[in-house]
Amino acid sequence: MSKTRKPKLAVWKFASCDGCQLSLLDCEDELLTVASILEIANFAEATRTVLKGPYDLSLVEGSITTPHDAERIHQIRRMSKHLVTIGACANAGGIQALRNFRDVNEFISAVYASPEFISTLAKSTPISDHVHVDFELRGCPIDKKQLLEVVQAFLQGRKPRTPAHSVCVECKLRGTVCVMVSKGMPCLGPVTYAGCGALCPSYHRGCFGCFGPKETVNTASLAAWLASHGVSRIDRVDAFRGFSAWSDAFRKESEAQERGEGVEHA
Amino acid sequence: MSAGTTTAPTYRTLTVPQLDQLLSALCKEGYLTIGPTVGDAAIVYDEIRSTKDLPRGYTDEQEAGSYRLRENAQGYFAYITPVQSAKQYLHPPRQHLWEAVKDSEGFHILPDPPANTRYAFVGLRPCELRAIEIQDRVFLTEPFVAQHYKALRQAAFLIVAQCTRAGATCFCQSMGTGPAARGGFDLALTEFPEEATFLLEIGTPRGQAIVDAIGCAEAPEEMVEQARARQSQAALQMGRRLDTEELPKQLGSSYSSGRWEQIARRCLSCGNCTMVCPTCFCTNVEDTASLTGDHAGRWQRWDSCFTSELSYIHGGVVRKSTASRYRQWLLHKLCTWHEQFGESGCVGCGRCITWCPVGIDITEEAQALRQAH
Ligand code: SF4
Ligand code: SF4
Ligand code: SF4
Ligand code: SF4
Ligand code: SF4
Repeated sequence: MSKTRKPKLAVWKFASCDGCQLSLLDCEDELLTVASILEIANFAEATRTVLKGPYDLSLVEGSITTPHDAERIHQIRRMSKHLVTIGACANAGGIQALRNFRDVNEFISAVYASPEFISTLAKSTPISDHVHVDFELRGCPIDKKQLLEVVQAFLQGRKPRTPAHSVCVECKLRGTVCVMVSKGMPCLGPVTYAGCGALCPSYHRGCFGCFGPKETVNTASLAAWLASHGVSRIDRVDAFRGFSAWSDAFRKESEAQERGEGVEHA
Repeated sequence: MSAGTTTAPTYRTLTVPQLDQLLSALCKEGYLTIGPTVGDAAIVYDEIRSTKDLPRGYTDEQEAGSYRLRENAQGYFAYITPVQSAKQYLHPPRQHLWEAVKDSEGFHILPDPPANTRYAFVGLRPCELRAIEIQDRVFLTEPFVAQHYKALRQAAFLIVAQCTRAGATCFCQSMGTGPAARGGFDLALTEFPEEATFLLEIGTPRGQAIVDAIGCAEAPEEMVEQARARQSQAALQMGRRLDTEELPKQLGSSYSSGRWEQIARRCLSCGNCTMVCPTCFCTNVEDTASLTGDHAGRWQRWDSCFTSELSYIHGGVVRKSTASRYRQWLLHKLCTWHEQFGESGCVGCGRCITWCPVGIDITEEAQALRQAH
């Protein structure tokens, strides 16, 4: 990036809860440093000032759910040198992608008094279904330390360090006792991308899989464990239908469970 | 490795109040005493101050993929193995290696000097003691000496709790590493829970010195015999066994066995087995840099052959499939470790079996691979 001017950072919102953007504001101690090395050109949660593009780094939160947003993301891509998606909505469609498994029109007529004013797409889709994404930062919400790491990496022209291994590795690094083994409690940690620092297991409960599938994922084996530990088929479907329900691996597994497929553990 | 040469074991009796005296004596000498404690639904190593911190009355039931803490036992060391081993301290999950600072004159590398923490481990299992010796060969063999490990290891005071009971996932008997340690410790305890006493074996002069200061009585011959009998009882209780006869050789020709694919259908590639294994040593390095770019740091972090990152080299990942990763793990432990370090990389502690969420059993897999031979 240019040495003569401060690189421009823009934060964009699509269908989301704002939680991921707020992680940036949450970086209280580092925020002034961020502002001193980056020009915050568009960040509605922090300032009303909007500077014109192009932008060096665009952080995109949220999924694509309306025809208008499907257009807008292309404009943003055109104005952005690097585009990084932040959070489960942007990376995998988010919790709102649960509608992808049903008929959205039924929801609309059940929820809204005047459904005719609602313009929405049949599916909530990740940003990468629409434009090229340079990097996906996982989480629901994202981890602020990882966000700083990604911003730094882009400033320094290197690959962000966000290991793709399981949450289990983080569990063991911090010395948390495994809830699956010690309590027989369902946990999605073995199939979930690390980054949260094994937050849920450290509070004595199973991982919900909010960071989405890890590399080399084996959801079928975990589903077989769930089945052999008394988790009903409907609950197994739901286990994979959380914040990253529309990610490839979790979607396929929940659909397989729905069809009643699955291997039993020997 | 322990300070001083190993003397012939001499035997004393140790009461519970004397064990407390021993713990305070270690603290006074500047040791950080680490021992078993009741953690969240499991026995875990942590800092202990007195016998009150020990898991008195607790035990554990371990099986493949299952661990349950139970409160129905007698004694202070009635459990089998804590979740993680002394590796957590001597080869910690994260280790800062150095930092670099940029100023007007350029970059300066500031190495992180080895910690001067002196750990006293209280209640190490014999298998864990052997695991430390295996890691010694990994980290202390010239010319590649890990300075941080060396400092912690040389300062460490080792007190073993001999096993008088074995767990369902234990197989130290097969590996020749337990259930009793015959050296390599400063002190070793064999518990007599009904009498609330311990037989104390002295392994080193510094162990002797600290015991002399407490003034423990010499142990009667029958007590030594009884302790041996209890340890032999543990040997009969081994929940698992592994036939090691010709094992490295036979496993060495199992590379293209179909069994690997079969295991991969169950294996989650989660890495739990390597993390809890007391001999696994693989690490990755993580570099950090401040936002302003004038400060950088390098950390060493535990890694595992079950991650894609571990086998990433320029151009891509070597071990892409779970089958290839499981094969790396099992063959390293039981086969190639022999070529690399002249011994097995497994002490038979059973942790990888217990803490594998889906209960994959290294003894069962090795046996199946051998039969396919
Ligand atoms: S608690 Fe969950 S994340 Fe942690 S080691 Fe167990 S299965 Fe993995
Ligand atoms: S391979 Fe398993 S049984 Fe052997 S030392 Fe490691 S954890 Fe223990
Ligand atoms: S078994 Fe795997 S993690 Fe353990 S030392 Fe060998 S390569 Fe490393
Ligand atoms: S493997 Fe042997 S030494 Fe280790 S805890 Fe079990 S019985 Fe004791
Ligand atoms: S063997 Fe078990 S603990 Fe090891 S990576 Fe596979 S599933 Fe995880």
